[in-house]
Amino acid sequence: MKFSTTWLKDHLQTDASLQEILDALNAIGLEVEGVEDPAELLKGFQVAHVLSAEKHPDADKLQVLKVDTGDGEPLQVVCGAPNARAGMKGVLGLPGAVVPSNGMELRKAAIRGVESTGMMCSARELDLGDDHDGIIELPEDASVGHSFADYQGSSPVMDVAITPNRPDCMGVYGIARDLAAAGLGTLKPIAFPKFEADGVCPVEIRTDDPEGCPAFYGRVIKGVKNGPSPDWLQQRLKSAGQRPISLLVDLTNYLMLAFGRPAHVYDLAKLSGAVVARRAKDGEEVLALNEKTYTLDPSMVVIADEHEVHDVAGIMGGENSGVQDDTTDVLLEIAYFDPPRIGVTGRKLGLASDARTRFERGVDPNFLQEGLDLLTGLIVELAGGTASEDVHAGSPPSEAKVVAFDTGLTARLGGVDVPADEQRRILESLDFAVSEDWQVTCPLRRHDIEGPADLVEEVVRIHGLDAVESVALPRMEGVARPTATPAQIMERKLRRAAAASGLHEAVTWSFLPDAEAEHFAPENTALWSLDNPISEDMKVMRPSLLPGLLMAAKRNADRGGPSTRAFELGRRYFRGSDGLSDERATLGVVLAGEKTPRGWATGKAQGFDAYDAKGIALELLAAAGAPAEKLMVMEPVAEGTGTQFHPGQAATLRLGPKKVLARFGMLHPATLKAFDLDGPVAAVEIFLDAIPAKKAASGFARASFTPPALQAVTRDFAFLVPEDLAASDLLRAVRGAEKNAITDGRIFDVFTGGSLPEGKKSLALEVTLQPQDKTFKDADLKAISDKVVAAAAKLGAELRG
Amino acid sequence: MTDLVTDKQSALEAIAGSETLDALEEQRVAALGKKGWVSLALKTLGQMSPEERQEAAPAIQAVRAEIAGAIEAKKADLEAAALEAQLASEKLDLTLPAPDSPKGSIHPVSQVMDELAEIFADLGFAVATGPEIEDDWHNFTALNMDESHPARAMHDTFYFPEEEGAADEASSSEAVGQQKRMLLRTHTSPVQIRSLKEQGAPIRIIAPGRVYRSDSDATHTPMFHQVEGLVIDRDIHLGHLKWTLETFFKAFFEREDISLRLRPSYFPFTEPSVEVDVGYSNEGNRRVVGGHGDDEGHDWMELGGSGMVNRRVLEFAGVDPDEYQGFAFGLGIDRIAMLKYGMNDLRAFFDGDPRWLSHYGFSPFDQPTLSAGVGARS
Repeated sequence: MKFSTTWLKDHLQTDASLQEILDALNAIGLEVEGVEDPAELLKGFQVAHVLSAEKHPDADKLQVLKVDTGDGEPLQVVCGAPNARAGMKGVLGLPGAVVPSNGMELRKAAIRGVESTGMMCSARELDLGDDHDGIIELPEDASVGHSFADYQGSSPVMDVAITPNRPDCMGVYGIARDLAAAGLGTLKPIAFPKFEADGVCPVEIRTDDPEGCPAFYGRVIKGVKNGPSPDWLQQRLKSAGQRPISLLVDLTNYLMLAFGRPAHVYDLAKLSGAVVARRAKDGEEVLALNEKTYTLDPSMVVIADEHEVHDVAGIMGGENSGVQDDTTDVLLEIAYFDPPRIGVTGRKLGLASDARTRFERGVDPNFLQEGLDLLTGLIVELAGGTASEDVHAGSPPSEAKVVAFDTGLTARLGGVDVPADEQRRILESLDFAVSEDWQVTCPLRRHDIEGPADLVEEVVRIHGLDAVESVALPRMEGVARPTATPAQIMERKLRRAAAASGLHEAVTWSFLPDAEAEHFAPENTALWSLDNPISEDMKVMRPSLLPGLLMAAKRNADRGGPSTRAFELGRRYFRGSDGLSDERATLGVVLAGEKTPRGWATGKAQGFDAYDAKGIALELLAAAGAPAEKLMVMEPVAEGTGTQFHPGQAATLRLGPKKVLARFGMLHPATLKAFDLDGPVAAVEIFLDAIPAKKAASGFARASFTPPALQAVTRDFAFLVPEDLAASDLLRAVRGAEKNAITDGRIFDVFTGGSLPEGKKSLALEVTLQPQDKTFKDADLKAISDKVVAAAAKLGAELRG
Repeated sequence: MTDLVTDKQSALEAIAGSETLDALEEQRVAALGKKGWVSLALKTLGQMSPEERQEAAPAIQAVRAEIAGAIEAKKADLEAAALEAQLASEKLDLTLPAPDSPKGSIHPVSQVMDELAEIFADLGFAVATGPEIEDDWHNFTALNMDESHPARAMHDTFYFPEEEGAADEASSSEAVGQQKRMLLRTHTSPVQIRSLKEQGAPIRIIAPGRVYRSDSDATHTPMFHQVEGLVIDRDIHLGHLKWTLETFFKAFFEREDISLRLRPSYFPFTEPSVEVDVGYSNEGNRRVVGGHGDDEGHDWMELGGSGMVNRRVLEFAGVDPDEYQGFAFGLGIDRIAMLKYGMNDLRAFFDGDPRWLSHYGFSPFDQPTLSAGVGARS
């Protein structure tokens, strides 16, 4: 809400400075979002008297003025305005002043050889209007020697944010009341202009929907003369950021901005028959003041005559019955609408207005009669006409809430000790009625008060939150206990392990463009797709961490970045069987571009391969506490790998045949194409929810271990095996050949082609044998070797000579 | 005897003059070999009388030892010279670059979340989580924002389409449908409800995580990070809230001159509600947290919303509001990360640009600890 200090002082008797007012507003919960001081803006512009006007010696259209600003010697000013003449009063901008409309700083200058000290200004130059035909003409009695800002009575304008619980402060008067309670001055009584009501209201007013519109008050005024509003009214509306329209419209806006009371004025000539508050008929239409047509439904309240809807109740009036410049007879409407219904209607129609903002938060049910009389009085005073008696249809809520209050709660909840009589003073200054035994009756306008906690808030905010002292939370004795869950500990470790292995942690959007999300969607899975995305690029909740990282890799490549090594630890979003969200913690890795740049020692640049992905997958799984030694690498394109990966260069890591812990490998060319990336690109995705949790109960002590006293020996074997035999199968068979002795097996050479038979490859293994209590004899070693060869033979492997 | 002395003299000269190990070996063979003159001289001892032998033997042995010693010494010299020559030939240009091992980094958001967890753990807070795709009930209704609440309009909510059958024109079933309408949580506050329902009171938690609002400009992104704090116990009041936030900011910014200003505000889920401002000053174009906001050159900056949990929220969460009360607060994680570490562009947080991540990210070894100070200095 914006308003000027002048306006505030219509309602608040105060000597407080602007800064004191601003501080008080902030302190009581009316947050000041900005202050604009027209005096600052108009600094250097003075009320000036033109003493003489002579023709410029060298220019037809210019005059040379002698101007008195009341400050010593008259100034010489060159002026081109046709209305400049001796004897007039106007506004002079002195050298150094900045013209508000264009930001130009005025300087002393010679114009066509004649020195000019300043500039006589037009209304447009001072941002006061559109008039640029001549300079501003001030009335005769304008007193020279004052700044123009002072003359104009313009005062600083403050912009105050009103929280939704305080519709009673959505009028300057309400703000003045809060300030008065906070000790900033005295609230002035409202001045009601007097008028005589004459005759019964000629229009029937009804409410046919007591639930949606409990009260509808009105009256007719005949013989008004619409036109421009007086200056005081225009100034107030302008300070609120509103454009003056016409007296009748401006006065309703004034009532709303000054007292938080929306009202509506109909052109009586456009109405026929009874004016009724009722529910809209299904499909009924209304042309609103914003010149848009709205289609209504029976949940909405409207004001209608016997022909058509004239008002979306509490939100916006109709175009067809709005007042015009030539309107002479009007019907005033002051009504009370059910707040929730206004909110729902406004949201359904997508229609916002100042009236809706107030009605949906709740206007003062106790200010219908006053509002009507105030508006009537102002119209009669300023626009003339004769008012009828008022009509009341229905009645507004009148049952005041009574809260039993324990003043001790202020200390117990608010943490500040306020004496009981001060609490009473504060509540009463806000119009709460406090009985001897602390039954507190709330003013009807305070819809926000639900119970004692709200009263604590009133007391504390007016008393001052600065008075709240810090009090330490009780601490447990001793050193702080660990609080992280096993999953949190795992995620923290994993992040740091990933970063330590050379990956940058990225945080990418949870939502993706449709196509990118669908590319990674598991088959037959409906993804979460937003109803109202902010853009099509942020629409579908990600089913994988890889698309976001690939898009980052793409951006990086487009910027000329040679390589992307990125990971993200976050959630994938699926639909649970219960219709709720199934969010799974996941770590994604993307390796794109160069693994090593060309180098003096390493030669050409190298890209990433599937083994890089495998290495990272295993390293991170180990960091996450997965039993790395039990993991199985499963065939590519098996279930879980997904079509996004290269069918021959990707695999899953599983615990048992079903439990997929991770997938890794090279991405499919189709994926690269979909993300517009130049390949090859390696990727890893680790499904953290599938990793078995470490038992929380396990202690700190490790299984006992003593390094063997006897030295291990190694033996090499080279086998000729079928080309499609998985190396891990051979390794597993060999390691299992003599479990007591063989502690390790390692493939150190893979060879195909050459002299090898078609369909075969050679795998060379180094097997580590660890003697336990006595060293191996030749016979022992021979026996173990035979077992190794026999175990390998079962897989079709022959020992090479 | 004279011969022996002469021979020794010339042999020592020859040994000293040997320039290679081969030349030295020739001298060894000539002197100490089977037919070398020393060996031959030793053989003459056999033919001597015991008296002669007693006189000659020590002299010959001394010559032998002297020659052998000279050869050993020369050999060591020659070997050392050879090694030196070899090493000289192995000289490398060590100004050439070493192989690079790529450096990774931790994202500022994660780092700050770890810092939060560390500081609040010391105050007895656990870290709680909840779903980001929430239902209307947990995000709004249970937080005292029913369907018609005007504060909902302030939330710029992302919604998912209503499930078939859930929506209906009639108002009663509309209400039921709305309870289940799925949305992206607009704040971390629903975790209050979930945690209280799950574990009841007393409770001390923080809940960091992603939140979403349909808002995008220079300082707002449609996804950002918030941390919720919740303390429910007996006898908790606004003073505890003030102390907790003060204590947190002191630990987080690692300075003692933190001052907070509480301002009355409004959130449907707290009563009384307060905004929390912190004093700061400008250094260059950066805001530096610290000092009193009313002091010269200082001002106040809004950092978060908070208040005493509304008793209706406690009721919704199944906690008896006559027995328990407490406070809740919400802070922007990205915001405090920017203030602490000097980033100025929120959008860059979510771009994944390796250059930005290298610059603003953290070493994995900068794990926040209380003993080292939770912050990672540049």
